Amino acid sequence: MDNKIKMRAQKVKFFYGKMQALKDINLNIHANCVTALIGPSGCGKSTFIRLFNRMNELLPYTLLKGKVYLDDLDINSPLVDAVDIRRRVGMVFQKPNPFPKSIFENISYGLKVNGVKDKDYVAGKVEESLKKAALWEEVKDRLGESALRLSGGQQQRLCIARCLAVENEVILFDEPCASLDPISTAKIEELILELKNDYSIVIVTHNMQQAARVSDSTAFFLMGELIECGRTTDIFTAPKDKKTEAYITGRFG
Amino acid sequence: MKQILVQKFGFGLLYLCIITTLFLLGLIIYFIFAKGLAVISWSFLTQQPHNAMTAGGVGPVIVGTLYLTLGSMLFAVPLGLACAIYLCEYSPKGLVVNIIRMSINNLAGVPSVVFGLFGLAVFVKFFGFGVSILSGSLTLGILALPLIISASQEALMAVPQSLREASLSLGATKWGTIKNIVLPTALPGILTGVILSIGRVAGETAPILFTAAAFYLRGYPKSIFSEVMVLPYHIYALMTEGAHPDKQKAIAYGCSLILLFLVLFISGVAIFLRQRQRSYNG
Repeated sequence: MDNKIKMRAQKVKFFYGKMQALKDINLNIHANCVTALIGPSGCGKSTFIRLFNRMNELLPYTLLKGKVYLDDLDINSPLVDAVDIRRRVGMVFQKPNPFPKSIFENISYGLKVNGVKDKDYVAGKVEESLKKAALWEEVKDRLGESALRLSGGQQQRLCIARCLAVENEVILFDEPCASLDPISTAKIEELILELKNDYSIVIVTHNMQQAARVSDSTAFFLMGELIECGRTTDIFTAPKDKKTEAYITGRFG
Repeated sequence: MKQILVQKFGFGLLYLCIITTLFLLGLIIYFIFAKGLAVISWSFLTQQPHNAMTAGGVGPVIVGTLYLTLGSMLFAVPLGLACAIYLCEYSPKGLVVNIIRMSINNLAGVPSVVFGLFGLAVFVKFFGFGVSILSGSLTLGILALPLIISASQEALMAVPQSLREASLSLGATKWGTIKNIVLPTALPGILTGVILSIGRVAGETAPILFTAAAFYLRGYPKSIFSEVMVLPYHIYALMTEGAHPDKQKAIAYGCSLILLFLVLFISGVAIFLRQRQRSYNG
């Protein structure tokens, strides 16, 4: 928590049509830390995480008020291209979503669209990313096979590797283990802890134990409001707000 | 017990429908084979018609059909695909787009002879392309457009949003995402639309009646401004005009058989491409 601030949300309000999904959220994402966003379904945590790489602007009839900063850059400024932000802030989604292409093409895709042409560099980067995502040993002999033949857990690690290949600075995980079995989940959690050394990480999760296991700081959302945030150990052992306590002890949500 | 009987009766009825359909299809193919196969030979496929079209082959007619079919696709596929991409990926959702969609669907219901008259007025006369391969291809292309647009739209809409998001989240631009992810994923569906419209276009007579087709020509078409002989019109002409109805009839059945195979062949190529892409998608 003493690390420098990597991303910052300042007085963020978000609307789907007339429905207000986020109410005046202020939150700091620290460098080389894992920040967990927890809360019951529909509390706005997924909406919130998608603000950090400007994913919400793909949806029609939405409105954002307030500022989101990456380092000191206002990412929603009209001078900033969303494409540049997404190159620096990667995302792993709830359901594994590999492209209907080969394993190799999945990983090299981010490099390709960013204009990297050097074949040796791309091949090296693919191997390095797959190794970082702990998938290399399982797929090194079949890089040309369709990524859709992999199991769900492997597909999700592939999506993480795909994200790593672009060398971004922040990785957003939107419930990355929601559709995975416990073994795959453990692998992904292990991975997140390792990635922390090089990246700033934000993770949305429904799983309290997961938040406690992987995160350094935790933010609790309820009905579009940020109820409490702080060190994960503090939130889980001595929550200040009664609603937080009720949620993490399983009394609602 | 009664329920089971009712169910059996229901299934039986459905089965009967399938059998009837297959029987009719088989009957058509059988008749065309039985009556057409006799005249098919290598020289029939390659030579030119002789003796008031009672002898010789139909080489130029086959070539003409190929030209027109491919020409129409050359025009309709890029244009239709571009329209579908705009409607699905770029246009703001709302009333205007709904009206455009409705118009396209209505266009698909316009009788083909109306397209023929339109082609005559616009391509043959106004643009001065004359009765030619070009005019015919453009007219057939317009006929195929709504089919291709709606098939492509369906295919594009079936691409999961999660793939678009994944691509964008890696720093791809919108166009990069469409080109690299959306189009390849939608390709099987798009090709299905193309296959259907090839079948439709190759067999159409009315749109080319005034825009491209000739009753009899010497030799092969020389440029895109030449008139052509085309299988469907050739069949029509053989059956309705000329002085030797019996001889002509046999040739007409031969032409039908060739047309059948031509459509099968062109569709086959598209099906092959589609399968190849599907094996990657699945």
